[in-house]
Amino acid sequence: MKKTYNNRKYVVITIFLVVGFLFIARLFFLQIFDNSYILSANKNALRFVTNYPARGLIYDRNNKLLVYNEAVYDLMVVPKHVKEFDTAELCNLVGITKEDVIQKLQKAREYSPYAASIFEKQISKTNYGYLQEKLYKYSGFYVQSRTLRKYPLSVAAHTLGYIGEIGTEVTDSYYKSGDYIGMSGLEKYYEPVLRGQKGSKIVMVDAFNREKGSFHNGIYDTVAIAGEPLYSTLDVDIQAYAEQLMKDKVGSIVAIEPATGEILTMVSSPTYDPNLLVGRVRGQNYNKLLVDPTKPLFDRALMAVYPPGSIFKIIQSLVGLEEGVIKESTAFPCDKSLLGCHNHPNATSLKSAIKMSCNPYFYQVFRKEIQHGLASDRFTDSELGLNLWSDKVLSFGLGQRLGVDIPNVKKGRIPDANYYDKIYGHHAWAFSTIYSLSIGQGEMGIIPLQMANIAAIFANRGYYYTPHFVKAIGKNKSINPLYLKKNLTKVSDKYFQVVADAMYEVVNEPGGTASQARIDSIIVCGKTGTAQNPHGEDHSIFIAFAPMHNPKIAVAVYIENAGFGGVWAAPIASLIIEKYLTKKIKRKDLEERMINAKLMSKH
Amino acid sequence: MREQKNILGNIDWVMVGIYLLLVLLGWFNIYSAIFNENHKSIFDITQNYGKQLMWILTSVLLALFIMAIDSKFFSQFAFGIYGFFLLLLMVVLLAGQTTNGAKSWLGFGGFGIQPSEFAKFATNLALAKYLSSSDINIKDLKTKIYATLILLIPTALILLQNDTGSAIVYAAFILVLYREGLSGNILVFGLIAAILFILVLLINKFIISGIILAVALIFIYFIRKNRRGIITVVIFLVLTIGFVFTVDYLFQHVLQDHQRQRINVLLGKEIDLKGAGYNVNQSKIAIGSGGFWGKGYLNGTQTKFNFVPEQSTDFIFCTIGEEWGFLGSFIIVGLLIGLLIRIIFIAERQRSPFSRIYGYGVASILFMHIMVNIGMALGLLPVIGIPLPFFSYGGSSLWSFTILLFIFIKQDSYRLNLL
Repeated sequence: MKKTYNNRKYVVITIFLVVGFLFIARLFFLQIFDNSYILSANKNALRFVTNYPARGLIYDRNNKLLVYNEAVYDLMVVPKHVKEFDTAELCNLVGITKEDVIQKLQKAREYSPYAASIFEKQISKTNYGYLQEKLYKYSGFYVQSRTLRKYPLSVAAHTLGYIGEIGTEVTDSYYKSGDYIGMSGLEKYYEPVLRGQKGSKIVMVDAFNREKGSFHNGIYDTVAIAGEPLYSTLDVDIQAYAEQLMKDKVGSIVAIEPATGEILTMVSSPTYDPNLLVGRVRGQNYNKLLVDPTKPLFDRALMAVYPPGSIFKIIQSLVGLEEGVIKESTAFPCDKSLLGCHNHPNATSLKSAIKMSCNPYFYQVFRKEIQHGLASDRFTDSELGLNLWSDKVLSFGLGQRLGVDIPNVKKGRIPDANYYDKIYGHHAWAFSTIYSLSIGQGEMGIIPLQMANIAAIFANRGYYYTPHFVKAIGKNKSINPLYLKKNLTKVSDKYFQVVADAMYEVVNEPGGTASQARIDSIIVCGKTGTAQNPHGEDHSIFIAFAPMHNPKIAVAVYIENAGFGGVWAAPIASLIIEKYLTKKIKRKDLEERMINAKLMSKH
Repeated sequence: MREQKNILGNIDWVMVGIYLLLVLLGWFNIYSAIFNENHKSIFDITQNYGKQLMWILTSVLLALFIMAIDSKFFSQFAFGIYGFFLLLLMVVLLAGQTTNGAKSWLGFGGFGIQPSEFAKFATNLALAKYLSSSDINIKDLKTKIYATLILLIPTALILLQNDTGSAIVYAAFILVLYREGLSGNILVFGLIAAILFILVLLINKFIISGIILAVALIFIYFIRKNRRGIITVVIFLVLTIGFVFTVDYLFQHVLQDHQRQRINVLLGKEIDLKGAGYNVNQSKIAIGSGGFWGKGYLNGTQTKFNFVPEQSTDFIFCTIGEEWGFLGSFIIVGLLIGLLIRIIFIAERQRSPFSRIYGYGVASILFMHIMVNIGMALGLLPVIGIPLPFFSYGGSSLWSFTILLFIFIKQDSYRLNLL
């Protein structure tokens, strides 16, 4: 009798069920219990791609384009997709050698056979045109466009600034490594306006890093918002002309529209072509500029703190009038035992003293401003006097950082009692220690922008608007309210006309120090300066405004180690004025002489 | 007699229904797994999903053909069919093509077939025929030897093709032999052997041997008066320690590098997510990221974007796991196990031993494929490349599983006609 084994079916079925149960348990663990697999899957298949917005454009005051973006093209390669191609033709199209091709392909392959690498950076538009037509023949190659800053007129390098890859010091989480950010000038100050808003999209990629379309039809994607434009106050014609005039000279020109504080032009010389600091030549050029002994990267207009020299006498005059220590008719002899001076008749009034720029006269003025006789001992008297003096001088926008819309502006220095106490000790100094200040020398320092602002204050006969470079931000043309606020000095308006008249005489009357700044059709008012300095020959300085009534332009010219203010700075300033107000230059000989003057050799 | 004329009469619609459901789901999953943007139609014959439809339609024709053949045909020609496929296996060895390291394909023009797939149902037929002969008793040594030979010849030929995965499937027939009366110890020994195998690979062979020896000595101490008992224990001891050292030797010297790595990865002795461990890791990520509800049909990223290799064949279960989630996976596992149990119940109701044994063979073969394939995708078993029945892409495997199952369905539909 054969035994039947049909009960064994339960054993077999049990085995089946056990395996099925194990599977379900494992599935439960993988799919429901352990969440890490979802993260791993996203890491596998999702790539976050940034859409870069176009950076905002910058215009001059007449809507001429100063900065725009130019598309450049990177030739990309995915080594795994490359098929046989005509090497010679590609070399021709891109402008590289056969060895380069082999080397670049090898490098790309080492990086990743499936991910795209840059084969050739920043191909020009023209080359791209040729390349695009032939590209279909090159499997595995494609072109990716990027934008670079472009400066059509190659001017105003210091003001516009440059952009560069962010460094580690930027902690703003908006930026990722490799992003570009404004590094100086307007590019830096207006970075949040210009940069726009990055967009992002999530793309799905396969195991070979190939894009496979958008994730969930793009519901998590955001579009990039282009940067807003800036409408600057610069006049590009004057800017270019001023740069031309400053060729082969070291120094600065700043011109301001007095009625608004808008900066019409700002030159720091030597300058450089802003297009040098763009794209693949940037690093190399930057290093070259950095080691140049004439320091072209240094923005003298905003960062060089100079002695103002005799131009300071016009402020000295106002302080004296305001404090009542002198009158318009006050006369002092030109006593060269007090301070050196050039040969000129004695000044019989304040105006004639300004016109002739008499040093001993202003020694006397400053002595009266400091020594009021407020205290019995001369130390306390000087201390009180200096503080009264510096309080008024500061109100001319000196010794303080002007709220100009560019980073890294220097304050300059207007010393007060505290300052000298730190150097010499309390009650250890008096007028005799500080008299150099009387003629704009000594411990005082002013940047060229502040000098131009002084000219604007005299043009306005007593007030200024904070100088600025941008008059309208973005499409809705907003403006910083700071730039609409009138800043008054601590000197009464009534005293300004006297000094303005004197400034007229400096240029237009015989015996004035700036007869070379005279223009037949325009009444220019100004003041020369010739500042001693430890670096060699005197600095040549001139500030001016024109026309005398209802002035349209205030200008400061500062040329290092060039000699008398009346010889170089004054004529150059007058050329700027003539160019701005009449659009053309009648004094061709003077213009030519100024442009061709090489004053750097004296440096 | 009326039923005999209708070839679809008396057939078990549950099995047929599950079969059709699985085949169709498989087809949809293949479409999703290798979806190609440029060939969006599921009927596109240039893509594997279009081809799979062709395999499905031909399989249905094959099934109808089997239903139309005389029910006695397969039992009568069992050995002939077996012999024919053994011959084909030998031909493959001489003239086959090599794919993925296994020389298992026979090419006919543009098409290729895998005789090792068909050898399974042929072997099943032969074993059923042999064991159902009237004068057979499985307890006889001679029977055991012949039955083993029937199984070992195709296994050996397939091993020679370097197709380890397909060879392992033949171990499934142990279940058939067990049902037909082979001692239950075979399953116990199998389990012990499996545990020992894992322990030897996880721990050192000498430590394992030491533990076995210690256990045996304690055992002998307790039964020290029973001389025969002691002898049995000693024989057992020698065999186990021999087994331990054999396993170690096989593992270190006979297995190929990739097989050794796959096992090491599974046991956690080797972590190599970019190399040997890549497949399993990606497979687990794909399935694990499905969550409870899944990502939805055609929305899987891991499988569609090639993170999981062989996603339409050996790793097809990943697509199910990723897109249909725990719920879908549960249903698929349920359907597969349900089909196996259904086959067992149907087998048990057969009057003819041939049909019953054949049915057990069908269940065992399917079971082995399901266990190894899903076990591998879930990271429970080492990577062994065998298809998931009815799901994986491939003409040979779908045809062979169809033939395997429908011969049984045919036998069953005629069970009442037998005396």
